[in-house]
Amino acid sequence: MIPQIFQTVPIEHFVYLSAVLFVIGVVGVLTRSNAIIIFMSVELMLNAVNLLLVSFSSYHQDPAGQIFVFFIMAVAAAEVAVGLAIITMIYRNTHSVDINDMSRLKG
Amino acid sequence: MLTSAFYFIAFVTIFFAIMVVVSKNPIHSVLYLVLTFFCISANYIFMLDATFVGMVNVIVYAGAIMVLFLYVLMMMNLNAIAEQKRSVLFKISAAVTGGMLLLVLVAALKDANLQIQGSALEAEQRIGSIKVLGYVLYSKYQLPFEVASILFLVAMIGAVVLGKKDNSTKTIGIEPVK
Repeated sequence: MIPQIFQTVPIEHFVYLSAVLFVIGVVGVLTRSNAIIIFMSVELMLNAVNLLLVSFSSYHQDPAGQIFVFFIMAVAAAEVAVGLAIITMIYRNTHSVDINDMSRLKG
Repeated sequence: MLTSAFYFIAFVTIFFAIMVVVSKNPIHSVLYLVLTFFCISANYIFMLDATFVGMVNVIVYAGAIMVLFLYVLMMMNLNAIAEQKRSVLFKISAAVTGGMLLLVLVAALKDANLQIQGSALEAEQRIGSIKVLGYVLYSKYQLPFEVASILFLVAMIGAVVLGKKDNSTKTIGIEPVK
C-alpha cells in the first residue's frame, strides 16, 4: 500500500526538499576551502539523491529504488574510506587541508 | 498531523544542512551533518514507510561514515590553522550559482507530471520491509551485491596503502615535515 503521507503531501514536495538539499551541497562545495567540509557537502548531495530515490520507490511501490539506495551507500562508504586516506596523506605532507594549498598541479 | 510533521522535519533538515555549510568550526559541521542525516532517516521511517533503509541510514551514515570524519578531524587539530578566507564576491557568486541551479531544477520539475497514471500499483506487502528488500536483493540484484563486496575489498586495500607511513621523504612541493 502507498504510504499515507502521499494523500496530503504531493510527491513534488519531496522532490523540492531533495533539490534544496542538493543545492545546499553544491553551494558548500563552491564556497568552502577546507577539503573535509567539501567532502561532507558531497555526502549531503548523495543523501539528497537517496531521499529522492526512496520517496519515488515508496510512491510507486517498487523496491528497486531502495535497493539502489543500498548500493549508493556502499559506494559512498568506499569513497569516504579512500578519500579520507588521501586527505590524511595530504595533511601529513603539507600540514594543511586547504584546497588553495593543493593547486600545485597547474598545467 | 503527519503533514505538519513532514513540513517541520523538512525545515529542520534544511536548517541543519545550511548550518553544515556556514559553521566555522569543522567539528560543528560534522555534528550538524549527523543531525541532518537523522532528520532524513526520520523521513524514511515515519513518512515513507521505508524502515529498513532508515535504520541502515542511521547505522551506516550517522554511525560509521560520520564517525570516520570526526576521527580524521580530531586527529588533524584544524583549530590551530584558520581556514583561508574566500572573498565576499566569491561567496556571493557561489550563492547565486546555487540559486540558479535550484531555479533550473524547480522550473524543470514544475510542469513534470509525477503523479501515477491510472490505478496505482497495489503491492500486497509493505515494500520497505526487510523481507521484500532481502528477497529482491538476493535474487534479482545478486551480481551487483557481490561486486559491491569486491569494491569494498579494493577500497580497504587502497585506504591501507594510502595511509601507510612513507619513509622516503618525497613531498608535494613543500619542505619535508619534521
